[in-house]
Amino acid sequence: MTAIRIDIVDKTYPSQRQSPGHRAIADLKLELPSNEFICLVGPSGCGKTTLLNILAGLDRDYRGEITVEHRHKTPKIGYVFQNPRLLPWKTVRENITLALPTDHDPKTVDALLDTMQLTDAQQVYPERLSLGMSRRVSIIRAFAIDPDVLLMDEPFVSLDAPTARQVRELLIRLWQQRPHTVLFVTHDLREAIALADRLVFLSSPPMQAISEIRVNIPRDKRDDETAIEAFRQKLLQDHPEIRALL
Amino acid sequence: MTSTKLSHYRTLNLLSILLFIGLWQGLALYLSDNSLPTPASVTEVFWQETLSGQLPYHLGVTLLRLVSSFAVAMLLGCAIGIVLGRNQKLDAFFDNWLVIFLNIPALVTIILCYVWFGLIESAAILAVVINKLPNVVVTIREGTRALDKDLLEMARCYHFGKRKTLVHVIWPQLHPFVMGATRSGLALIWKIILVVELLGRSNGMGYQLHLFFQMFDVAGILAYTVAFVAVIQVIEILILKPLDRKAGRWRR
Repeated sequence: MTAIRIDIVDKTYPSQRQSPGHRAIADLKLELPSNEFICLVGPSGCGKTTLLNILAGLDRDYRGEITVEHRHKTPKIGYVFQNPRLLPWKTVRENITLALPTDHDPKTVDALLDTMQLTDAQQVYPERLSLGMSRRVSIIRAFAIDPDVLLMDEPFVSLDAPTARQVRELLIRLWQQRPHTVLFVTHDLREAIALADRLVFLSSPPMQAISEIRVNIPRDKRDDETAIEAFRQKLLQDHPEIRALL
Repeated sequence: MTSTKLSHYRTLNLLSILLFIGLWQGLALYLSDNSLPTPASVTEVFWQETLSGQLPYHLGVTLLRLVSSFAVAMLLGCAIGIVLGRNQKLDAFFDNWLVIFLNIPALVTIILCYVWFGLIESAAILAVVINKLPNVVVTIREGTRALDKDLLEMARCYHFGKRKTLVHVIWPQLHPFVMGATRSGLALIWKIILVVELLGRSNGMGYQLHLFFQMFDVAGILAYTVAFVAVIQVIEILILKPLDRKAGRWRR
Protein backbone atom coordinates (compact mmCIF):
# COMPACT_ATOMS: atom_id res chain seq x y z
CA MET A 1 0.00 0.00 0.00
CA THR A 2 1.13 3.51 -0.68
CA ALA A 3 0.87 5.84 2.28
CA ILE A 4 2.05 9.02 0.68
CA ARG A 5 2.40 9.99 -2.96
CA ILE A 6 4.37 13.16 -3.47
CA ASP A 7 4.58 14.90 -6.81
CA ILE A 8 5.78 18.45 -6.39
CA VAL A 9 6.44 20.12 -9.71
CA ASP A 10 7.68 23.38 -8.28
CA LYS A 11 8.05 25.19 -5.00
CA THR A 12 9.64 28.61 -5.26
CA TYR A 13 9.92 31.18 -2.51
CA PRO A 14 9.09 34.59 -3.99
CA SER A 15 11.87 37.15 -4.12
CA GLN A 16 12.05 39.67 -1.35
CA ARG A 17 13.64 43.12 -1.22
CA GLN A 18 17.24 41.97 -0.88
CA SER A 19 17.21 38.33 -1.90
CA PRO A 20 16.14 36.92 -5.26
CA GLY A 21 13.53 34.17 -5.50
CA HIS A 22 14.61 30.76 -4.30
CA ARG A 23 13.57 27.56 -6.01
CA ALA A 24 13.42 25.05 -3.20
CA ILE A 25 11.89 22.00 -4.86
CA ALA A 26 11.75 20.93 -8.49
CA ASP A 27 10.15 17.75 -9.81
CA LEU A 28 10.20 15.81 -6.58
CA LYS A 29 8.48 12.46 -7.00
CA LEU A 30 8.22 10.00 -4.14
CA GLU A 31 5.99 7.06 -3.32
CA LEU A 32 6.22 5.96 0.25
CA PRO A 33 4.80 2.65 1.54
CA SER A 34 2.51 2.39 4.55
CA ASN A 35 3.69 1.84 8.09
CA GLU A 36 7.35 2.27 7.28
CA PHE A 37 9.85 4.38 9.09
CA ILE A 38 11.33 6.54 6.36
CA CYS A 39 14.31 8.81 6.84
CA LEU A 40 14.79 11.73 4.50
CA VAL A 41 18.48 12.51 4.36
CA GLY A 42 19.92 15.57 2.69
CA PRO A 43 22.33 18.43 3.22
CA SER A 44 21.15 21.18 5.54
CA GLY A 45 19.17 23.89 3.78
CA CYS A 46 18.08 21.55 0.99
CA GLY A 47 14.36 22.11 1.59
CA LYS A 48 13.47 19.21 3.89
CA THR A 49 11.51 21.40 6.27
CA THR A 50 9.76 22.99 3.30
CA LEU A 51 8.69 19.53 2.18
CA LEU A 52 7.36 18.62 5.64
CA ASN A 53 5.44 21.91 5.86
CA ILE A 54 3.83 21.15 2.51
CA LEU A 55 2.90 17.65 3.68
CA ALA A 56 1.46 19.05 6.91
CA GLY A 57 -0.69 21.47 4.94
CA LEU A 58 1.02 24.50 6.47
CA ASP A 59 2.38 25.64 3.11
CA ARG A 60 -0.05 25.57 0.19
CA ASP A 61 1.94 27.79 -2.12
CA TYR A 62 3.37 25.15 -4.48
CA ARG A 63 2.58 23.45 -7.75
CA GLY A 64 2.03 19.73 -7.62
CA GLU A 65 0.00 17.09 -5.88
CA ILE A 66 0.20 15.28 -2.58
CA THR A 67 -1.98 12.37 -1.59
CA VAL A 68 -1.95 10.94 1.89
CA GLU A 69 -3.66 7.68 2.70
CA HIS A 70 -5.81 8.14 5.77
CA ARG A 71 -8.03 6.16 8.11
CA HIS A 72 -9.63 9.25 9.64
CA LYS A 73 -12.03 11.58 7.86
CA THR A 74 -9.30 14.10 7.20
CA PRO A 75 -5.69 12.93 7.26
CA LYS A 76 -4.32 13.35 10.77
CA ILE A 77 -0.76 14.47 10.74
CA GLY A 78 1.46 14.45 13.78
CA TYR A 79 4.29 16.91 13.43
CA VAL A 80 7.33 16.97 15.66
CA PHE A 81 8.88 20.31 14.81
CA GLN A 82 12.56 21.12 15.02
CA ASN A 83 11.86 23.19 18.15
CA PRO A 84 9.33 21.60 20.52
CA ARG A 85 6.66 24.33 20.09
CA LEU A 86 4.93 23.74 23.40
CA LEU A 87 2.54 26.34 24.81
CA PRO A 88 4.49 27.73 27.77
CA TRP A 89 1.31 28.61 29.71
CA LYS A 90 0.01 25.05 29.62
CA THR A 91 1.35 22.14 31.63
CA VAL A 92 2.94 19.15 29.93
CA ARG A 93 -0.30 17.20 30.11
CA GLU A 94 -2.44 20.11 28.91
CA ASN A 95 -0.10 20.58 25.97
CA ILE A 96 -0.77 17.00 24.93
CA THR A 97 -4.51 16.88 25.61
CA LEU A 98 -5.10 20.19 23.83
CA ALA A 99 -4.23 18.48 20.55
CA LEU A 100 -6.78 15.74 21.25
CA PRO A 101 -10.58 15.78 20.96
CA THR A 102 -12.32 16.50 24.28
CA ASP A 103 -13.68 12.94 24.57
CA HIS A 104 -10.26 11.27 24.37
CA ASP A 105 -9.30 8.42 26.66
CA PRO A 106 -6.97 9.72 29.40
CA LYS A 107 -5.36 6.27 29.57
CA THR A 108 -3.69 6.74 26.17
CA VAL A 109 -2.00 9.86 27.45
CA ASP A 110 -1.01 8.08 30.66
CA ALA A 111 0.53 5.24 28.72
CA LEU A 112 2.46 7.58 26.42
CA LEU A 113 3.74 9.64 29.36
CA ASP A 114 4.81 6.44 31.00
CA THR A 115 6.69 5.14 27.96
CA MET A 116 8.48 8.46 27.55
CA GLN A 117 9.24 8.54 31.29
CA LEU A 118 7.43 11.82 31.86
CA THR A 119 4.70 10.75 34.29
CA ASP A 120 6.28 12.73 37.13
CA ALA A 121 6.59 15.85 35.00
CA GLN A 122 3.05 15.94 33.60
CA GLN A 123 1.89 18.90 35.74
CA VAL A 124 5.04 20.94 35.09
CA TYR A 125 5.13 24.02 32.87
CA PRO A 126 7.44 23.67 29.82
CA GLU A 127 9.80 26.46 30.87
CA ARG A 128 10.96 24.24 33.71
CA LEU A 129 11.77 21.32 31.40
CA SER A 130 15.09 20.49 29.82
CA LEU A 131 15.27 20.50 26.03
CA GLY A 132 15.32 16.71 25.93
CA MET A 133 12.16 16.53 28.01
CA SER A 134 10.40 19.18 25.89
CA ARG A 135 11.28 17.18 22.79
CA ARG A 136 9.77 14.08 24.36
CA VAL A 137 6.58 15.99 25.14
CA SER A 138 6.28 17.13 21.55
CA ILE A 139 6.81 13.54 20.39
CA ILE A 140 4.04 12.36 22.74
CA ARG A 141 1.73 15.07 21.41
CA ALA A 142 2.33 13.84 17.87
CA PHE A 143 1.76 10.20 18.81
CA ALA A 144 -1.28 10.89 20.96
CA ILE A 145 -3.46 12.05 18.09
CA ASP A 146 -3.02 8.59 16.51
CA PRO A 147 -1.69 10.09 13.29
CA ASP A 148 -1.93 8.64 9.80
CA VAL A 149 1.46 10.09 9.13
CA LEU A 150 4.06 11.26 11.59
CA LEU A 151 6.42 13.99 10.44
CA MET A 152 9.61 14.57 12.39
CA ASP A 153 11.94 17.43 11.59
CA GLU A 154 15.39 16.76 13.02
CA PRO A 155 13.89 16.29 16.48
CA PHE A 156 17.19 15.30 18.07
CA VAL A 157 19.29 18.23 16.93
CA SER A 158 21.21 19.94 19.74
CA LEU A 159 20.59 17.10 22.17
CA ASP A 160 23.70 15.59 23.69
CA ALA A 161 24.55 12.12 22.39
CA PRO A 162 23.32 10.03 25.37
CA THR A 163 20.02 11.93 25.57
CA ALA A 164 19.54 11.65 21.82
CA ARG A 165 20.15 7.90 21.99
CA GLN A 166 17.71 7.53 24.87
CA VAL A 167 14.94 9.50 23.13
CA ARG A 168 15.60 7.60 19.91
CA GLU A 169 15.11 4.27 21.69
CA LEU A 170 11.92 5.52 23.31
CA LEU A 171 10.69 6.73 19.95
CA ILE A 172 11.23 3.35 18.32
CA ARG A 173 9.54 1.58 21.23
CA LEU A 174 6.53 3.86 20.86
CA TRP A 175 6.42 3.39 17.11
CA GLN A 176 6.58 -0.40 17.39
CA GLN A 177 3.60 -0.31 19.75
CA ARG A 178 1.55 1.55 17.14
CA PRO A 179 3.12 1.38 13.70
CA HIS A 180 2.27 4.09 11.21
CA THR A 181 4.12 5.87 8.46
CA VAL A 182 6.91 8.04 9.79
CA LEU A 183 8.79 10.63 7.80
CA PHE A 184 11.90 11.53 9.69
CA VAL A 185 14.13 14.30 8.42
CA THR A 186 17.77 14.35 9.36
CA HIS A 187 21.19 15.21 7.98
CA ASP A 188 22.89 12.68 10.21
CA LEU A 189 23.38 9.47 8.23
CA ARG A 190 24.20 7.32 11.28
CA GLU A 191 21.01 8.40 12.99
CA ALA A 192 19.05 7.67 9.81
CA ILE A 193 20.49 4.17 9.51
CA ALA A 194 19.76 3.45 13.17
CA LEU A 195 16.09 4.41 12.76
CA ALA A 196 14.89 3.80 9.23
CA ASP A 197 13.33 1.00 7.22
CA ARG A 198 14.10 3.02 4.14
CA LEU A 199 16.41 5.92 3.40
CA VAL A 200 15.54 8.57 0.85
CA PHE A 201 18.39 10.79 -0.24
CA LEU A 202 17.63 14.32 -1.33
CA SER A 203 19.77 16.72 -3.32
CA SER A 204 20.65 20.34 -2.59
CA PRO A 205 18.10 22.86 -3.90
CA PRO A 206 16.19 22.65 -6.09
CA MET A 207 15.50 19.47 -4.18
CA GLN A 208 15.02 16.14 -5.92
CA ALA A 209 15.07 12.57 -4.75
CA ILE A 210 18.39 10.96 -5.66
CA SER A 211 18.00 7.43 -4.42
CA GLU A 212 16.04 5.16 -2.12
CA ILE A 213 17.77 2.50 -0.08
CA ARG A 214 16.34 -0.15 2.24
CA VAL A 215 18.05 -0.66 5.57
CA ASN A 216 18.12 -4.39 6.19
CA ILE A 217 19.70 -4.39 9.65
CA PRO A 218 17.26 -6.18 11.99
CA ARG A 219 15.55 -3.95 14.55
CA ASP A 220 17.23 -5.67 17.51
CA LYS A 221 20.69 -4.97 16.06
CA ARG A 222 20.12 -1.26 15.61
CA ASP A 223 21.93 -0.28 18.80
CA ASP A 224 25.07 -2.01 17.53
CA GLU A 225 27.32 0.83 16.43
CA THR A 226 29.65 -1.37 14.39
CA ALA A 227 26.79 -2.77 12.30
CA ILE A 228 25.58 0.75 11.58
CA GLU A 229 29.05 1.98 10.75
CA ALA A 230 29.61 -0.98 8.43
CA PHE A 231 26.32 -0.27 6.66
CA ARG A 232 27.29 3.37 6.31
CA GLN A 233 30.71 2.56 4.82
CA LYS A 234 29.19 0.16 2.33
CA LEU A 235 26.50 2.65 1.41
CA LEU A 236 29.01 5.39 0.72
CA GLN A 237 31.13 2.99 -1.34
CA ASP A 238 28.23 1.71 -3.43
CA HIS A 239 26.68 5.11 -3.97
CA PRO A 240 29.36 7.73 -4.58
CA GLU A 241 26.65 10.29 -5.42
CA ILE A 242 25.54 10.20 -1.77
CA ARG A 243 29.03 10.92 -0.50
CA ALA A 244 28.92 14.25 -2.34
CA LEU A 245 25.76 15.23 -0.45
CA LEU A 246 26.92 14.72 3.09
CA MET B 1 10.30 36.86 47.24
CA THR B 2 11.16 36.02 50.83
CA SER B 3 8.88 37.26 53.60
CA THR B 4 11.55 39.48 55.18
CA LYS B 5 12.15 41.14 51.85
CA LEU B 6 8.38 41.57 51.42
CA SER B 7 7.92 43.22 54.81
CA HIS B 8 10.92 45.38 54.00
CA TYR B 9 9.13 46.60 50.87
CA ARG B 10 5.93 47.20 52.83
CA THR B 11 7.79 49.38 55.33
CA LEU B 12 9.34 51.34 52.48
CA ASN B 13 5.91 51.82 50.90
CA LEU B 14 4.44 53.04 54.16
CA LEU B 15 7.38 55.39 54.72
CA SER B 16 7.01 56.93 51.27
CA ILE B 17 3.29 57.62 51.84
CA LEU B 18 3.98 59.09 55.28
CA LEU B 19 6.68 61.30 53.79
CA PHE B 20 4.24 62.49 51.12
CA ILE B 21 1.61 63.41 53.70
CA GLY B 22 4.26 65.02 55.88
CA LEU B 23 5.45 67.20 53.01
CA TRP B 24 1.86 68.18 52.24
CA GLN B 25 1.20 69.03 55.87
CA GLY B 26 4.39 71.10 56.12
CA LEU B 27 3.68 73.03 52.95
CA ALA B 28 0.06 73.68 54.00
CA LEU B 29 1.16 74.97 57.41
CA TYR B 30 3.83 77.14 55.83
CA LEU B 31 1.39 78.69 53.34
CA SER B 32 -1.56 78.68 55.79
CA ASP B 33 -3.85 79.61 52.94
CA ASN B 34 -7.20 78.29 51.62
CA SER B 35 -5.56 77.28 48.34
CA LEU B 36 -3.79 74.38 50.09
CA PRO B 37 -5.74 72.92 53.03
CA THR B 38 -4.02 70.52 55.42
CA PRO B 39 -4.54 66.76 55.11
CA ALA B 40 -6.69 66.89 58.26
CA SER B 41 -9.17 69.38 56.84
CA VAL B 42 -9.36 67.43 53.57
CA THR B 43 -10.12 64.31 55.59
CA GLU B 44 -12.87 66.16 57.39
CA VAL B 45 -14.47 67.32 54.13
CA PHE B 46 -14.13 63.80 52.79
CA TRP B 47 -15.94 62.41 55.82
CA GLN B 48 -18.76 64.95 55.67
CA GLU B 49 -19.29 64.43 51.95
CA THR B 50 -19.38 60.68 52.51
CA LEU B 51 -21.91 60.97 55.33
CA SER B 52 -24.15 63.26 53.30
CA GLY B 53 -24.12 60.72 50.50
CA GLN B 54 -22.92 63.27 47.95
CA LEU B 55 -19.51 61.73 47.37
CA PRO B 56 -20.68 58.09 47.05
CA TYR B 57 -23.40 59.16 44.61
CA HIS B 58 -21.20 61.20 42.28
CA LEU B 59 -18.33 58.74 42.54
CA GLY B 60 -20.73 55.90 41.73
CA VAL B 61 -22.12 57.68 38.68
CA THR B 62 -18.62 58.35 37.36
CA LEU B 63 -17.51 54.78 38.04
CA LEU B 64 -20.53 53.46 36.15
CA ARG B 65 -19.58 55.58 33.15
CA LEU B 66 -16.00 54.42 33.53
CA VAL B 67 -16.94 50.76 33.56
CA SER B 68 -19.33 50.92 30.62
CA SER B 69 -17.09 53.00 28.36
CA PHE B 70 -14.05 50.96 29.36
CA ALA B 71 -15.83 47.69 28.56
CA VAL B 72 -17.00 48.91 25.16
CA ALA B 73 -13.60 50.37 24.27
CA MET B 74 -11.68 47.24 25.33
CA LEU B 75 -13.98 44.76 23.58
CA LEU B 76 -14.11 46.71 20.34
CA GLY B 77 -10.44 47.60 20.54
CA CYS B 78 -9.32 44.00 21.07
CA ALA B 79 -11.47 42.76 18.20
CA ILE B 80 -10.29 45.45 15.77
CA GLY B 81 -6.70 45.17 16.97
CA ILE B 82 -6.58 41.42 16.39
CA VAL B 83 -8.13 41.75 12.93
CA LEU B 84 -5.72 44.51 11.89
CA GLY B 85 -2.75 42.68 13.35
CA ARG B 86 -3.56 39.54 11.36
CA ASN B 87 -4.60 41.13 8.08
CA GLN B 88 -1.97 43.24 6.35
CA LYS B 89 -4.29 44.70 3.70
CA LEU B 90 -6.89 45.90 6.19
CA ASP B 91 -4.09 47.22 8.37
CA ALA B 92 -2.59 49.22 5.51
CA PHE B 93 -6.03 50.60 4.66
CA PHE B 94 -7.08 51.62 8.16
CA ASP B 95 -3.69 52.77 9.40
CA ASN B 96 -4.43 56.38 8.38
CA TRP B 97 -7.77 56.31 10.17
CA LEU B 98 -6.01 55.18 13.32
CA VAL B 99 -3.48 57.98 13.10
CA ILE B 100 -6.27 60.51 12.61
CA PHE B 101 -8.29 59.23 15.56
CA LEU B 102 -5.20 58.96 17.75
CA ASN B 103 -4.46 62.61 17.19
CA ILE B 104 -7.89 64.21 17.53
CA PRO B 105 -7.79 66.12 20.83
CA ALA B 106 -10.08 64.63 23.47
CA LEU B 107 -11.86 67.94 23.89
CA VAL B 108 -12.78 68.04 20.20
CA THR B 109 -14.45 64.60 20.23
CA ILE B 110 -16.32 65.51 23.40
CA ILE B 111 -17.64 68.78 21.99
CA LEU B 112 -18.54 67.21 18.65
CA CYS B 113 -20.39 64.32 20.32
CA TYR B 114 -22.43 66.76 22.40
CA VAL B 115 -23.11 69.00 19.39
CA TRP B 116 -24.16 66.12 17.15
CA PHE B 117 -26.03 63.90 19.60
CA GLY B 118 -27.10 66.33 22.31
CA LEU B 119 -26.23 66.48 25.99
CA ILE B 120 -27.20 62.87 26.64
CA GLU B 121 -25.63 59.93 28.46
CA SER B 122 -24.87 57.90 25.33
CA ALA B 123 -23.10 60.86 23.74
CA ALA B 124 -20.92 61.11 26.85
CA ILE B 125 -20.05 57.42 26.75
CA LEU B 126 -19.41 57.57 23.00
CA ALA B 127 -17.01 60.46 23.44
CA VAL B 128 -14.99 58.51 25.98
CA VAL B 129 -14.97 55.38 23.82
CA ILE B 130 -13.77 57.27 20.75
CA ASN B 131 -10.95 58.73 22.79
CA LYS B 132 -9.83 55.42 24.20
CA LEU B 133 -10.45 53.05 21.29
CA PRO B 134 -7.46 53.95 19.06
CA ASN B 135 -5.06 53.35 21.95
CA VAL B 136 -6.42 49.89 22.58
CA VAL B 137 -6.38 49.05 18.87
CA VAL B 138 -2.75 50.13 18.48
CA THR B 139 -1.59 48.19 21.56
CA ILE B 140 -3.45 44.99 20.66
CA ARG B 141 -2.34 45.29 17.02
CA GLU B 142 1.28 45.35 18.15
CA GLY B 143 0.60 42.32 20.31
CA THR B 144 -1.03 40.46 17.44
CA ARG B 145 1.86 41.24 15.11
CA ALA B 146 4.24 39.81 17.68
CA LEU B 147 2.34 36.50 17.93
CA ASP B 148 4.56 33.45 17.75
CA LYS B 149 4.19 32.03 14.20
CA ASP B 150 5.61 28.68 15.30
CA LEU B 151 2.83 28.18 17.82
CA LEU B 152 0.16 29.26 15.33
CA GLU B 153 1.50 26.72 12.82
CA MET B 154 1.44 24.08 15.51
CA ALA B 155 -2.21 24.94 16.26
CA ARG B 156 -3.09 24.70 12.56
CA CYS B 157 -1.28 21.42 12.10
CA TYR B 158 -3.08 19.85 15.07
CA HIS B 159 -6.49 21.17 13.90
CA PHE B 160 -7.12 23.33 16.97
CA GLY B 161 -9.92 25.23 15.26
CA LYS B 162 -10.69 28.94 15.61
CA ARG B 163 -12.00 28.99 19.18
CA LYS B 164 -9.30 26.79 20.69
CA THR B 165 -6.59 28.75 18.90
CA LEU B 166 -7.96 32.06 20.14
CA VAL B 167 -8.40 30.94 23.75
CA HIS B 168 -5.30 28.81 24.25
CA VAL B 169 -2.75 30.11 21.74
CA ILE B 170 -3.48 33.75 20.89
CA TRP B 171 -5.07 35.13 24.05
CA PRO B 172 -2.28 34.14 26.49
CA GLN B 173 0.21 35.87 24.21
CA LEU B 174 -1.94 39.01 24.07
CA HIS B 175 -2.49 39.04 27.81
CA PRO B 176 0.44 41.37 28.68
CA PHE B 177 -0.71 43.78 25.97
CA VAL B 178 -4.30 43.67 27.21
CA MET B 179 -3.12 44.35 30.74
CA GLY B 180 -1.05 47.27 29.48
CA ALA B 181 -4.03 48.66 27.59
CA THR B 182 -6.20 48.16 30.68
CA ARG B 183 -3.90 50.07 33.00
CA SER B 184 -3.22 52.96 30.64
CA GLY B 185 -6.89 52.84 29.66
CA LEU B 186 -8.23 53.26 33.18
CA ALA B 187 -5.92 56.20 33.79
CA LEU B 188 -6.81 57.83 30.47
CA ILE B 189 -10.56 57.21 30.65
CA TRP B 190 -11.08 58.61 34.08
CA LYS B 191 -9.31 61.80 33.13
CA ILE B 192 -11.46 62.18 30.04
CA ILE B 193 -14.68 61.27 31.83
CA LEU B 194 -14.25 64.21 34.19
CA VAL B 195 -14.03 66.60 31.24
CA VAL B 196 -17.07 64.96 29.66
CA GLU B 197 -19.03 65.41 32.88
CA LEU B 198 -17.80 68.93 33.37
CA LEU B 199 -18.99 69.95 29.91
CA GLY B 200 -22.32 68.24 29.61
CA ARG B 201 -23.60 66.20 32.55
CA SER B 202 -25.38 67.28 35.72
CA ASN B 203 -23.86 64.64 37.98
CA GLY B 204 -20.60 62.78 38.48
CA MET B 205 -17.17 63.76 39.71
CA GLY B 206 -16.50 66.20 36.89
CA TYR B 207 -19.70 68.08 37.60
CA GLN B 208 -18.91 68.26 41.32
CA LEU B 209 -15.34 69.40 40.71
CA HIS B 210 -16.71 72.13 38.48
CA LEU B 211 -18.93 73.34 41.34
CA PHE B 212 -16.02 73.27 43.77
CA PHE B 213 -13.93 75.22 41.28
CA GLN B 214 -16.57 77.94 41.05
CA MET B 215 -16.55 78.21 44.83
CA PHE B 216 -12.73 77.88 45.10
CA ASP B 217 -13.28 74.94 47.44
CA VAL B 218 -9.85 73.27 47.20
CA ALA B 219 -10.54 70.97 50.16
CA GLY B 220 -13.55 69.57 48.32
CA ILE B 221 -11.52 69.06 45.13
CA LEU B 222 -8.77 67.24 47.04
CA ALA B 223 -11.27 65.11 48.98
CA TYR B 224 -12.83 63.87 45.72
CA THR B 225 -9.39 63.29 44.22
CA VAL B 226 -8.33 61.16 47.19
CA ALA B 227 -11.53 59.13 46.87
CA PHE B 228 -10.93 58.47 43.20
CA VAL B 229 -7.28 57.55 43.57
CA ALA B 230 -8.28 55.16 46.34
CA VAL B 231 -10.88 53.49 44.12
CA ILE B 232 -8.39 53.01 41.29
CA GLN B 233 -5.89 51.53 43.77
CA VAL B 234 -8.53 49.09 44.99
CA ILE B 235 -9.24 48.03 41.38
CA GLU B 236 -5.52 47.52 40.85
CA ILE B 237 -5.05 45.46 44.01
CA LEU B 238 -8.27 43.43 43.92
CA ILE B 239 -8.66 42.82 40.18
CA LEU B 240 -5.58 43.57 38.09
CA LYS B 241 -2.83 42.21 40.38
CA PRO B 242 -4.56 38.82 40.88
CA LEU B 243 -5.12 38.59 37.11
CA ASP B 244 -1.42 39.23 36.56
CA ARG B 245 -0.47 36.58 39.09
CA LYS B 246 -2.81 34.02 37.56
CA ALA B 247 -1.51 34.68 34.05
CA GLY B 248 2.13 34.65 35.10
CA ARG B 249 2.23 31.49 37.17
CA TRP B 250 3.78 29.45 34.34
CA ARG B 251 6.78 31.80 34.15
CA ARG B 252 10.04 30.69 35.68
